[in-house]
Amino acid sequence: MSQYLSDPARLRALVQPDRVHRDVYLDPGIFELEMQRLWRRTWVYVGHESQVPESGDFYTADIAGQPVVMVRDANGAIHVLLNRCAHKGSKVIGAQAGNCKGYLRCPYHGWIYRADGTLRSVPLKGGYDGTRFQESQAANGMTRVAHAGYRGFVFARLSATGPAFEEYFGSSLSSIDNMVDRSPKGRLEVTGGVLRYMHHCNWKLFVENLNDAMHPMVAHESSAGTARDLWKDHPADEPKPMVIEQFVPFVSNYAFFDGMGVQVYENGHSYTGVNFSIHSNYAGIPEYERSMVEAYGAQRAHAILGEARHNTVYYPSLTIKGAIQTIRVVRPIAVDRTLIESYTLRLVGAPDSLLERSVMYTRLINAPTSVVGHDDLHCYRAIQEGLAAEGNEWVSLHRNCVDGEAESLVGRYNGTSEIAMRGQFRAWAKAMAGDEGGV
Amino acid sequence: MSGAVSDPELVEFVYHEARLIDEKRFVEWLDLFTEDGLYYMPLTRDQPDGRLHTSLYYEDRLLLKVRIERLHHPNAFSQSEPSWCQHVLQAPRIESRSEDLAVLRTPYVYAESQGDRQDIYLAVAWHHLTLREGRWRMKMKKIDLLNRSAALPSIQLFL
Repeated sequence: MSQYLSDPARLRALVQPDRVHRDVYLDPGIFELEMQRLWRRTWVYVGHESQVPESGDFYTADIAGQPVVMVRDANGAIHVLLNRCAHKGSKVIGAQAGNCKGYLRCPYHGWIYRADGTLRSVPLKGGYDGTRFQESQAANGMTRVAHAGYRGFVFARLSATGPAFEEYFGSSLSSIDNMVDRSPKGRLEVTGGVLRYMHHCNWKLFVENLNDAMHPMVAHESSAGTARDLWKDHPADEPKPMVIEQFVPFVSNYAFFDGMGVQVYENGHSYTGVNFSIHSNYAGIPEYERSMVEAYGAQRAHAILGEARHNTVYYPSLTIKGAIQTIRVVRPIAVDRTLIESYTLRLVGAPDSLLERSVMYTRLINAPTSVVGHDDLHCYRAIQEGLAAEGNEWVSLHRNCVDGEAESLVGRYNGTSEIAMRGQFRAWAKAMAGDEGGV
Repeated sequence: MSGAVSDPELVEFVYHEARLIDEKRFVEWLDLFTEDGLYYMPLTRDQPDGRLHTSLYYEDRLLLKVRIERLHHPNAFSQSEPSWCQHVLQAPRIESRSEDLAVLRTPYVYAESQGDRQDIYLAVAWHHLTLREGRWRMKMKKIDLLNRSAALPSIQLFL
């Protein structure tokens, strides 16, 4: 395994206040340590409650390199289990999603589990008479994992130890609040399938980019810039097609992205779009706005819709765009391979035109066929390959890092600062220190 | 003039359409679409539509134009090493035919290559053609991708 495992001082030296060593993106041993110390000890997004609406419904995922299944029991409670038969280790559930009709049954020897993972029956049980079976882990059934739901979003912590859910996410949960509150009924539903986009890069390159306000006008000039140019001869007051409305803000100027602002929280969480964002100037949908005023009263409805947060990072596994109701889920596979899954959420009680907008956005921006996604991934790949170059072992995160920065980074800053990334690496370093003081 | 366009000419349309993409003659390709034409690749097997359900492609002419013009943009970074593609078509079959409407079904292999990488896809194309001003054009090219539920890499050209 990695040289870093046996040398904590060397591990600590990888992250400095304003720069990080390239090995955090390149070293397979570091990746294994990240899975153990960061991903398994923190709250990782599993799925949304609306993906398992009925009793017996299940949804599977691989989180932090381990197979889990989220299942709803007969009383409506949700359980998260390691998807591993207590007998010989087979995945009990093979499908991505479905209904288990009350019990989970292993396809190999027919061991049957209740929705809470406890063992209900084993064929030919007499074969275990007089054995040590009852004292073994096998008798305990499928392993239950600590999980917490927040307004429909289900997170799990694989490790038995680690921070409590509310302590871990703190005030950053306000971004989930705002997305849910945008439904006149206060409810979201995952709808319209999942886009699965394989990224041949380290997971952190993707996560860092979500609050990187210095790249859109450069990386997306060819896509968003082309859309802007195709529309430039149309009068300013002509209603814009959604495609134009969604693409063009990506090539706003530096002053715009700086003015958006960024909010940093503890534990690596943050969002861009404190003051306004690329979602601020979408055309109004009067029918929707009326239903919001009816549901919440004028003042509160305007406060909810007045927020235009762009990407909120729930470090390290989930990124959400409340203003457009799409989310991206980070599933690291190897040091240089990361699966990004994109989901679209329907605002329950809102007109279809809201969903139409979200569906278009996720296709334009998040799909494996997205011209915006292509250029982002090109840059992540270019970093993954470029870092092989000798001579400079450090990645710079100096932008707006003055006087070494304070003990806590929590606060609001100019949007083009790299402070959100520095916040992520503070959380990373704390977790990676492991038992020496990890979260 | 009904029946003046023979079935072999409809089949030839499908071969020609694929060839225009492979040769990157995208302006000519775009011209094969009607003004309200659609290039559509559903994301799921039972997908009801592309407006309220996520798709891999659900592109009108404006969006296709953005894609095509972008490919020529000097800062289309993901194309700094250009991609190339090739369609290998099974014989198109005419599924339905009237005087001015036709639907053809064509299974095919599509390869997209960039640098050392080559990605191979299997798909079925549904060409929904209509006769406009004496010329057959695409109202919709719908593509059923075999591995649509897989984790996909970037797909940068047109299937």
